[in-house]
Amino acid sequence: MSTGEIKRVIIIGAGQAGGETAQRLRQAGFDGDITLIGEEPAPPYQRPPLSKAYLKGEYEMDRLLLRPASVYAEENITLLTSLRAVWIDRANKKVRVEGGRELPYDVLVLATGARPRKLPLVGADLDGVHLFRTAADADALRPRMVSGAKLVVIGAGYIGLEAAAVARQLGLDVTVIETAVRPLARVTSPEVAGFFLDEHTRQGVRFVLGGQPALIKGRERVTGVALADGTEVAADIVVAGIGITPEITLAQQCGLTIENGITTDRQCRTSDPAIYAIGDCAARPIVHFEDRLARLESVHNAMEGAKIVAATITGGKPHAEEAPWFWSDQYDLKLQIAGLFQGYDHIVLRGVMADRAFAAFYYKGSKLIAVDAVNRPAEYLGAKMLIQTGRTIAPADLADESRTMKELVAAAR
Amino acid sequence: MPKITYIEASGKEHVIDAPNGQTVMEAAVKHAVPGIDADCGGACACATCHVYVDPEWLAKTGDASSMEQSMLDFANDVEDNSRLSCQIKVSEALDGLVVRLPKSQH
Repeated sequence: MSTGEIKRVIIIGAGQAGGETAQRLRQAGFDGDITLIGEEPAPPYQRPPLSKAYLKGEYEMDRLLLRPASVYAEENITLLTSLRAVWIDRANKKVRVEGGRELPYDVLVLATGARPRKLPLVGADLDGVHLFRTAADADALRPRMVSGAKLVVIGAGYIGLEAAAVARQLGLDVTVIETAVRPLARVTSPEVAGFFLDEHTRQGVRFVLGGQPALIKGRERVTGVALADGTEVAADIVVAGIGITPEITLAQQCGLTIENGITTDRQCRTSDPAIYAIGDCAARPIVHFEDRLARLESVHNAMEGAKIVAATITGGKPHAEEAPWFWSDQYDLKLQIAGLFQGYDHIVLRGVMADRAFAAFYYKGSKLIAVDAVNRPAEYLGAKMLIQTGRTIAPADLADESRTMKELVAAAR
Repeated sequence: MPKITYIEASGKEHVIDAPNGQTVMEAAVKHAVPGIDADCGGACACATCHVYVDPEWLAKTGDASSMEQSMLDFANDVEDNSRLSCQIKVSEALDGLVVRLPKSQH
């Protein structure tokens, strides 16, 4: 498809995926109309710092913006903020927005993101119960993160544990309630989860593992969380970090194929060739993992989608995909993840956990599929490179710390 | 505000006013200087903000931390004056800093 046929691109969703797509289309020389529609008031911004430096008060909003607000006008990108798209008319290639205005498109990009799951509990709407997704969510929480306040985090995933780490650093009293028997159950191995459990415990976080929240207590403001076993944890603030649900309302309405997110091909094209879907809302075949259809919730995936779509729309050089990557900052620990660990059958450690600098390598048979690196950036980048190029390191070689990761990668087959 | 000059691999120059306290990477990205990807936004997680610090500025930009050095080991075309620009904080002392960009970040 040449740029000549495509004059109008509409992007629904002005998060990192949507914002990057607009930017990259211009960088790739697309000179048609670009309209970027977002529900939030701010121009596209980075979400990862919300549960880290921003929550801690080290960052302000202008530092989170992907680009200064003025750049959109300079690059002739129509940015419509605080506006919801409500209807897609595929037959006539139009998007209707709140208020009834209809905008025509040649190509539509859905970058609608995801919504945080609400606690399915009585009391979930009480003042002091917070979800965590947007800058507004973080802004509501930030003034309440004061020393001595009692914070209960429900859900021990990365968001929950990052919030717990920030809270301890600010002097709050922190309890994490998790229904599974270990933290990070969905995202890492028992070994690495155990390390983070020990670290948070050492930092003064209390854990209720295998705990079933039954009720959020309080009259107007939250006072505690009651558990199914009859115990209660007192709380001034409750933060729910129990996962996100892809925002697929529009895609459902217009009849696109959906399977754990909007299903796309490798080019991020949906079941309608004029509509692409990228970022948290979409599931695409992951090239380094036998084209497994995966809905990745990450900055990497948002950027990747933007790069793929911009290259496809402009007919440019196809984007060479990276192996999936993720990171999490907790206390002074930098966790860097490459690959997808699901389906591993054994794990090899390089370094020792007690040093607070180690890497866990995940293998499926003889194939290296993922790494969790804690304060070990060389192991992270080295493994990422190997996964991208389909190479592997023999487990025995990893144990030999006298050889640097760079040497091991150079020798890998 | 300190001025920083970014020189693309092609030789094209961008002179940017960089706010104190932000990083050399952030100032470039906010002005869409091509050649600095910074996919992770400055979390030292992606090594796609690699720059070459002009030799006369090396003393003022200081040394890379061991974490940064480990990341740089895996970047392309690394030289003695290579740095990750997300790890260089802008200050008045860096007014006039010149950095060159590699041909590719990946």
